[in-house]
Amino acid sequence: MDFIRNFPMFSVVLSLFSGVLCTLLDAKKAKTYTILYECAVLAMNLAVLWYTVSAGTSFTYVLGEFPAPWGNELRAGVLEASIAVVFMAVMLCAVLAGLRYVKEDIDESKVNIYYTILNLMTAALMAMTWTNDIFSGYVFLEILTLTSCGALIVREIGRTTLAAVRYMILNLVGSGLFLLGVVLLYDVTGNLLMVPMQRSIALLYPDPRARIVLIMATGILTIGLSIKSGLFPFHYWMPDTYGWATPTSAAVLSSLVSKCYIFLLIKIYWRVIGIDLFMEMPIRNILFVLGLCGIIFGSVSAIRAENINRMVAFSSAAQIGYIYMGIGLGGIPGFTAAVFHIMAHAVTKSQLFLTTPRLADVSGGSLRFKNLQGCALKDPNAGLFFLLPSLSMIGIPIFAGFSSKLFFATAAADGGGIKLILVMLALAASSTLNALYFIRTLIRIYTPGRTPVKAGDRKIRHRLDYNIPMIVLTLGNLAMGLFSWVFAGLIGQGLGMFM
Amino acid sequence: MENLLANSTEAVAVILFGIGFTMLLFHRNLFRKLIGLNVMDTGVFLFLASMGYIEGRKAPIIVNGVQSTEAYINPVPASLVLTGIVVSVSVTAIMLSLTVRLYMRYHTLNLDEIYKKADHQEDDR
Repeated sequence: MDFIRNFPMFSVVLSLFSGVLCTLLDAKKAKTYTILYECAVLAMNLAVLWYTVSAGTSFTYVLGEFPAPWGNELRAGVLEASIAVVFMAVMLCAVLAGLRYVKEDIDESKVNIYYTILNLMTAALMAMTWTNDIFSGYVFLEILTLTSCGALIVREIGRTTLAAVRYMILNLVGSGLFLLGVVLLYDVTGNLLMVPMQRSIALLYPDPRARIVLIMATGILTIGLSIKSGLFPFHYWMPDTYGWATPTSAAVLSSLVSKCYIFLLIKIYWRVIGIDLFMEMPIRNILFVLGLCGIIFGSVSAIRAENINRMVAFSSAAQIGYIYMGIGLGGIPGFTAAVFHIMAHAVTKSQLFLTTPRLADVSGGSLRFKNLQGCALKDPNAGLFFLLPSLSMIGIPIFAGFSSKLFFATAAADGGGIKLILVMLALAASSTLNALYFIRTLIRIYTPGRTPVKAGDRKIRHRLDYNIPMIVLTLGNLAMGLFSWVFAGLIGQGLGMFM
Repeated sequence: MENLLANSTEAVAVILFGIGFTMLLFHRNLFRKLIGLNVMDTGVFLFLASMGYIEGRKAPIIVNGVQSTEAYINPVPASLVLTGIVVSVSVTAIMLSLTVRLYMRYHTLNLDEIYKKADHQEDDR
């Protein structure tokens, strides 16, 4: 069974190889190949999860057999494996459910390039999840930025190019800051691998001169990654980016790419800085406050949106706020809540972004609220798959959204003090606001309109490629809601392995 | 002040980073933004390269059998700079191609004007 130890490396290499291969295949073959290979990567990730859970330990894969202070390493523990499984499952569902729109939005001759981009993106996601080396983290972070830009502009309308420029500029600022942070940390510690780095940092921290550099470097890394993941006040690129991309890209960008940056940040806090030192730093409180602001401002902007995709995109900004609030609470409970929310939001938001275009299809191709009247009645299937994740976003029990709010509340209760009051207020306010805009949307899409169905509307044809991924995502959502303790247990075990 | 003079290269690197950073964020012209991006990256590379270089030591290639670590500098920062340059070149290339695409469509490089035109021309889906 030790063969499984190679799987993290295989998943990265296979993704890179598939990216190159898809440039040579035609559109149809590239599609089939991508789906098959993503199933294979998902299976490998599941095997790694099973291996780490049953062995109860993490393992490192040493590239080229150069031992610790030199060389490059991948590391797989329960947390990385669970995140990788969720990411790959959502990726596969997004690819399947978006197939129809890939055909419509993208020029036939460029479809294989789109799959190339997706596969390279998968490689970057997997590498950032598994890596144990902060500079490899930087390299794959840039690959992720470039591929997400590619996934955005592949739908060739002026709006996506404009959204891509805005997205790229902010992301490049973020990458530059991240690189500077990595360089600062490398200069004081002399290491790039996470474990020796943490050892040096623990030795250096008592020295006040080194402490300033360390806090500054951590701050710069944090700012860089929070710009990239869209924390308030850097969230304003979200609606354009998610609103105009082809649905698969929107789902992947909102639920995987921005989450992957946060996961890398969490990994840096635990494995490079060390959680005890991080808890002493003031950065945590700033993240907490920005997270709260993100929750409120994201929700308010979502209420004011006129277009369903923009509403869902702004609600993403609020959800990113939740995750940073969890990081701000700190400790095992806070981080467990944050990671749980990463998974829950990945499952929920991708489903919303994959469903809104189907609702638009039966409303004359428009995503504006005023045209969406009664669309769920015209297409009950898509209506149902909008209803279920919406309920999860509001925080109705048995769905994942409820469990993650519960985790945030218990984490805050553990800490007590002023943060408890703030978290409770934020949760109450944001649940009310979420309910306000989602229920308003649901009422609108389920109320029959005065105008009959237009002749130009397309016939609804749902095939299995839409229904099966939606059912899988809904089941995942329900599983996280009903068996949240299983997931919390896995995350807690994984965080324990981080130390 | 003495510390600043002793670390003049690093100080210059940080100033370059600041210049590039503000250019990238606040200039409205896309080309200037791109130049800002490159200045910013160059700042980081200068910082890294100056940290990695020690006066009087040689590149880590063993000549005349000198094996003492005192004689050589650490090659890792230089290789990191090379990796960074490769990343920066590819990012610049993709940004330039985006700029060309935007120019072909909107006939201007000023972002504010592009936004105005885009709001004007394209209806919401």
